Amino acid sequence: MSVDVRIPTILRPFTSGEKVVTAQGATLDAVIKDLDANYPGIGERLVDDSGLRRFVNVYVNDEDVRFLESLATPVQDGDTVTILPAVAGGCH
Amino acid sequence: MRYNSLIDSVGHTPLVGLPVLSPTPEVRLWAKMEDHNPTGSVKDRAALAMITQAEKDGLLQPGSVLLEPTSGNTGISLAMVAKQRGYRLICVMPENTSAERRQLLSMYGAEVISSPAAGGSNEAVRVAKGLAQEHPDWVMLYQYGNPANAQAHYETPGPELLADLPSITHFVAGLGTTGTLMGTGRYLREHKPEVQIIAAEPRYGELVYGLRNLDEGFVPELYDPTVLTTRFSVGAHDAVRRTRELLEQEGIFAGPSTGGILHAALAMARKAVQRGEQADIAFIVCDGGWKYLSTGLYEGTLEEAEAALEGQLWA
Repeated sequence: MSVDVRIPTILRPFTSGEKVVTAQGATLDAVIKDLDANYPGIGERLVDDSGLRRFVNVYVNDEDVRFLESLATPVQDGDTVTILPAVAGGCH
Repeated sequence: MRYNSLIDSVGHTPLVGLPVLSPTPEVRLWAKMEDHNPTGSVKDRAALAMITQAEKDGLLQPGSVLLEPTSGNTGISLAMVAKQRGYRLICVMPENTSAERRQLLSMYGAEVISSPAAGGSNEAVRVAKGLAQEHPDWVMLYQYGNPANAQAHYETPGPELLADLPSITHFVAGLGTTGTLMGTGRYLREHKPEVQIIAAEPRYGELVYGLRNLDEGFVPELYDPTVLTTRFSVGAHDAVRRTRELLEQEGIFAGPSTGGILHAALAMARKAVQRGEQADIAFIVCDGGWKYLSTGLYEGTLEEAEAALEGQLWA
């Protein structure tokens, strides 16, 4: 499975400034491990021992993985994984 | 309907069907027209409830100073109520918000302190918390953590929706302070446990996230993820596209955050059609489009409008 991963500005030093990179894996967990293999150090910015870090939001095709299967969320060829810092949202 | 004053007329908004955008007679979309509130947004409910609760708690006297971080709508609602009740209001607002919001705030007599564009509302919250420490006599109602915000949505739109649409299967709203989703979501769940509660979260341009350190994120104190069924991230492109569809196909002139919410509602509608399920999907129209005319949202191509919103806190 090959997916596009959108990288937030704060993590682009890991990806030589690339905004979107490709990664392999059948689950989000595998995708993040593959990312870390290619861009060493990025993995621990996203995940700690308890799972996804508190202020990191990850979306598969725009759906928040915390409401899917979190790190075990399956991904398919062509899916888009978006990583974003948590911010105060809209309409307030 | 007759009311003793403008403040008394908050709530009781219409629920209107979307005959064109609803995919089938079995899967229907319904718009909760919160732009019909006195200052034109859903925030009138929370603002009135937070001020009323602070009065009950003895925190406010005539001439008291209220302080609030806001991207606009809550500030405008608070300003209207504060003016009627004799309080001063100081809003901390990110500088990348529409000109109309600033004009409305000053019309209602509120003072505006700008916070830096980079970092968006997180920065406004940070600046306001600092000011609150420097001025212990100011009262920060703090919409992100004030239980009266969520309670207002539990007590008013929740029952209104269930009364108007007893067959409701989905409720879709924007995720900002999370007050609407937490309050209305809890009410609907308690009365119809199978109801799905869906959050639509705006995905802004890079400027808003740019300087954000991943360890310094912000999650509103009111947020309880167990209330939600799912949460969608909606970018400016889809929000603009849906805002225009709502106007062109149903005649509803709404702001861009409503477009984002409609996008999530349509995703749920599509799923229901695919599964052959009946669905009555209610979503929030947060505000009308008036405050966004200067942003270019309704002019030119989708791409031009999307570019105009880049770097703006459009929802």
